[in-house]
Amino acid sequence: MEGELAQMGQFIGAGLTAFGMGGAAIGVGNVAGNYLAGALRNPSAAAGQTATLFIGIAFAEALGIFSFLVALLLMFAV
Amino acid sequence: MATEAQGEEAGGLVFHPMDQFIVEPFFGDGAVSWYTITNATVWMALAVLAVFALLVLGTSKRSVVPTRMQSVAEMAYGFIYKMVEDICGKEGVKYFPYIMTLFMFIVFANFLGLLPMAFTPTAHISVTAVMAFAVFFGVTILGFVKNGASFLSLFWVSSAPLALRPVLALIELISYFVRPVSHSIRLAGNMMAGHAVIKVFAGFGAILAIAPFSVVAITAMYGLEMLVSFIQAYVFAILTCVYLKDALHPHH
Repeated sequence: MEGELAQMGQFIGAGLTAFGMGGAAIGVGNVAGNYLAGALRNPSAAAGQTATLFIGIAFAEALGIFSFLVALLLMFAV
Repeated sequence: MATEAQGEEAGGLVFHPMDQFIVEPFFGDGAVSWYTITNATVWMALAVLAVFALLVLGTSKRSVVPTRMQSVAEMAYGFIYKMVEDICGKEGVKYFPYIMTLFMFIVFANFLGLLPMAFTPTAHISVTAVMAFAVFFGVTILGFVKNGASFLSLFWVSSAPLALRPVLALIELISYFVRPVSHSIRLAGNMMAGHAVIKVFAGFGAILAIAPFSVVAITAMYGLEMLVSFIQAYVFAILTCVYLKDALHPHH
């Protein structure tokens, strides 16, 4: 590939993957917000669901992390 | 770590925020080969020593009224034990030592990495990938040993309409093989990003006008990082439990 142009594309692409961060933020916010809404309605059931909360956050976050992976691949592997 | 000033632009970043993740020999310089004791080796060994100190030395007296160290050790034990029991059920308790080992190692590696000038082994995908792939292969083999071919029913969602099942099977299959990737990169990415952010703010400290802001930001990020260090270790352990549960009870 042409040196400079390809490198510029790499940087732009790696920067664009930051949008994935926003998606992960929305997802995690959704999970945590809905957990809080549910917990305020029924506080006695909240403690038993913290594990589910963290699993949900982890899964929502995973997709954001894939955008980080794409950025890493663009920067170091392409 | 090695922050030799590149100093091309005065007042700019004098060190690269990713410099702290360079693996280099701990004693002297030279090439890194497989037997070289690097900073990664040293900090992982320190994490193991810290776990040993907490769990073995802390509980060696076994007093009825626990000392501070003993109660922390008991709390960690009880916390993970309850998590394994809640998620995997009674059958999963057999694998509790493995999950406890993973959790304690990660949590100590994370927290030791927060010390100034420290090196964070868990910020390296090579370190977390070993743990994640060990979980992945272990769980897959365990699933086939325990359930035989019926382990494959994990991918065949019998509660879904028949027409949808092949599509779901494909999705389940993909998500199954993506597990070790997301499992390892989640931990490494969180650690790496947090430490890099702290370093970036530290770099801003060189600019006089925003130096006070930089100090406040570092303090706040440090607090957040302490939270993240624990939560990521917890998430790693809890996901291991979930995967283990899938292997023990593959039927949806």
